[in-house]
Amino acid sequence: MALSLGWHIVLACFGVAFPAMIFVVHRRGLRRADPVALGLARRWSKVAAVLFAVGAVSGTVLSFEMGLLWPGLMGRFGDVLGLPFAFEGLSFFVEAIFLGIYLYGWDRLPPRLHLAALVPMAAAGVVGTFCVVSVNAWMNNPTGFRIVDGVVTDVDPWAAMFNDGVWLQFAHMWVAAFMVVGFLVSGVYAAGMLRGRRDAHHRLGFGVPFTFATVAALAQPLVGHLLGLRLAVTQPAKLAAFELALTTEERAPLRLGGVLVDGQVRWALTIPRLGSIIARNSLTAPVPGLDAVPPDQRPPVNLTHLAFQGMVGIGTLLALVAVVYWLARRLGRDLLSRRWFLAVAVAAGPLAVLALEAGWVATEVGRQPWTVWQVLRTQDAAGPGSWLWWSYAAAFMVYAGLSVGAFVVLRSMARRWRAGQEHLPSPYDPADPADPAEAAEAAESVGR
Amino acid sequence: MSVQVAVAVAMFIGVVAYAVLGGADFGSGFWDLTAGDAHRGAAVRTLVDHSIGPVWEANHVWLIYVMVFWWTAFPRPFAAVMTTLYLPIVLALLGIVLRGAGFAFRKYAGSLRQAQLFGVVFAASSLIAPFFLGVVAGAVASGRVPAAGYGPPLASWAHPTPLLAGVLAVALCSFLAGVFLTADAARAGDQALSERLRTGSLAVAFGAGAVVLLALVPVSRDAPTLTDGLTGRAAPLVLLSTGAGLGTVWALLRRHHTLARGAAVVAVVAVVTGWGVAQYPWLLVDEVTIAAGAGAPRTLAALLVVVAVAAVLVLPPLLYLFALTQRQAARASH
Ligand code: HDD
Ligand code: HEM
Ligand code: HEM
Repeated sequence: MALSLGWHIVLACFGVAFPAMIFVVHRRGLRRADPVALGLARRWSKVAAVLFAVGAVSGTVLSFEMGLLWPGLMGRFGDVLGLPFAFEGLSFFVEAIFLGIYLYGWDRLPPRLHLAALVPMAAAGVVGTFCVVSVNAWMNNPTGFRIVDGVVTDVDPWAAMFNDGVWLQFAHMWVAAFMVVGFLVSGVYAAGMLRGRRDAHHRLGFGVPFTFATVAALAQPLVGHLLGLRLAVTQPAKLAAFELALTTEERAPLRLGGVLVDGQVRWALTIPRLGSIIARNSLTAPVPGLDAVPPDQRPPVNLTHLAFQGMVGIGTLLALVAVVYWLARRLGRDLLSRRWFLAVAVAAGPLAVLALEAGWVATEVGRQPWTVWQVLRTQDAAGPGSWLWWSYAAAFMVYAGLSVGAFVVLRSMARRWRAGQEHLPSPYDPADPADPAEAAEAAESVGR
Repeated sequence: MSVQVAVAVAMFIGVVAYAVLGGADFGSGFWDLTAGDAHRGAAVRTLVDHSIGPVWEANHVWLIYVMVFWWTAFPRPFAAVMTTLYLPIVLALLGIVLRGAGFAFRKYAGSLRQAQLFGVVFAASSLIAPFFLGVVAGAVASGRVPAAGYGPPLASWAHPTPLLAGVLAVALCSFLAGVFLTADAARAGDQALSERLRTGSLAVAFGAGAVVLLALVPVSRDAPTLTDGLTGRAAPLVLLSTGAGLGTVWALLRRHHTLARGAAVVAVVAVVTGWGVAQYPWLLVDEVTIAAGAGAPRTLAALLVVVAVAAVLVLPPLLYLFALTQRQAARASH
């Protein structure tokens, strides 16, 4: 599950954020009759086709894994947590249909109608994120049912779907998707500029996603902070692990880095008072410590703490990168001519992915040993263990294969684009009428 | 109709839609696989690309729709099936994953070698997936999934009914896809290709018919409840399916390709619906009924809201997408 999710979630981000970015360049291409922007939109739509396909199959894996790996959860709580998944299914439908229309529509549909096909895709991304995060938020804030003598009764799926935690968690995840895609895509063009390709195409390809990423990166620390404020009330054990707090302290310090070894905090940079300020918005309010939690209900502290601070650290760093770029631009300096900045811009994409993964690890591992907070323990939710490791190994190989396949195909797309082939005929398509020269070349490759 | 049955019907409509749309999708893998080497097969593969390219993702969401409805509306039977039939389920899943990825990768592959590799993965896994999905359906229909789940991993499905259901699923998918592709090729004006696919489709039709006849005796021994239903309540549907199947063959012989397509759809819809009607009111045959397996009533009511929203938001654009691709296929022939 963790493996599939970790993999799926990155692709899912493309489903959420990429349509909006394609929309911006496509609209610009139509409005200004700008061939560079239109060309970019056309290429991005082909990249999206590959990534969405892989995202869709990995999502299918997830929907099966829910039952295969967590029968204890789905059997007991399927009717409590299922509703958001049903709405998510709808948004997949909408996304898949309009993706089909959009991809098919190039040179076939009237331009405005064609552009409009992106709008439902972006909207479906919003709804889809909300729904799937709603399930995770429900595991953090279980509501919408009662347990009487061990039996789940009084199920109210709407209350479960719109639980207290969902809005902030959704906002955080949605913004994260824009950071991930924005920094990854702009990083690709930054890499191109590092190799000396500095045409209008690369500048636009960098500019649009980087602008999206900037807005997201500035919003994210705020949203994350609000999310963290709830934890002292809702999941003190998780907050204690985040903050590496062994005992409950007033005027708690902030511990940067560090690990817990034999019950002692080692190698942490301790800043007095900042912990209370950040976690509680107050100079004095106490930060709960692990001593307040029964030992059998404590999460794995080190992983949770490092994942959390990794996410926050990267988030802060990326926000700084964005601020520096736009400040320099105001001051009339173009950082895109500096190699160091381009290198940073290339690294920003993988860093954002790292922050995304760290965020999930923090929220999920920090909730252990519970799958559903104080309702269902992970060991009771999981399926029979004996074959899990085999399925894990098999899943790993499949994912590795898919990643390699996607990488090879995307790279060969990029190479052929650079060589000036715009239409990418499939090798099985010898007679692409769009371009006779390519058709001849493809026919030759088929005849070989 | 009780709310439980209403939700079960909504879910089953998803099964039928997946059998037709996903089935034609899967089946195109059969024609892709048997198309011959890169030179000979290029025409068929190009046609497959054009026919299912824009719609395969949407077709495949029907499966997710069914899964989601199943675990939300009938959570305990869902867990029972998952813990019992995990082997065929994992294999079907593997087929689905490799197939979708192989198809998407091939379309943009950089060289013929790459395209061949992705193409073989796509085509072979297109047959694996429906086979094991058929196995799962057969195991449920022949009463092999215990209500409490955790049935034996192999013995729960290594029986005549599940295995024959798997073979039948592959045959029906190939048949459906053959008829669809024949019509598409004819419409695009490629008579030679259309003739080639027409001959193949006729052969597959006779193969599928033979499987059904061969299956009759072992299945009637192996799955008495299902057989009772098929020969009793569902008999009209079985007859309709047989008639439509023969009608498809007749239409193919007379080269009425559009008619053949319609008749093939009717045949598949009727046989799948027949299975559903035959096992009613059982959800897991001989173990759990629809009423007994259903989850909380408020959740079922909420799911009907989802169905209503889907009818408004999903069906119109879906029909538009189909209309768009069909219209374009027609225009391409001029
Ligand atoms: C950020 C949001 C997000 C997150 C955290 C997840 N997903 Fe997802 N998922 C999407 C956002 C998304 C999406 C953007 O909407 C996708 C990607 C491509 C697509 O078509 O939809 C998608 C695809 C997708 C599909 C395939 C849909 C199709 O065929 O088009 C399924 C079945 C799931 N997901 C299920 C899940 C499950 C069970 C998850 C966690 C337990 C999960 N997703 C996490
Ligand atoms: C929004 C989508 C979700 C994401 C992105 C997500 C992410 C993760 C991640 C990254 C982990 C790994 C933690 C670890 O390494 O132990 C995890 C663990 C887990 N997830 Fe989720 N999760 C999501 C939703 C769900 C859902 C819907 C379920 C239940 C069906 C679920 C059940 C679990 C359980 C039980 C664990 C603990 C696994 C363990 O400790 O080995 N998660 N999740
Ligand atoms: C910069 C400051 C940030 C802060 C203060 C922050 C804060 C938080 C907190 C407190 C949680 C835990 C919520 C819970 O378990 O209830 C969380 C979760 C998460 N964070 Fe962050 N975060 C920040 C940046 C980022 C960045 C940059 C990303 C990714 C690009 C990210 C992605 C995530 C994800 C995916 C989760 C888990 C899902 C969720 O709770 O919605 N965060 N964050």
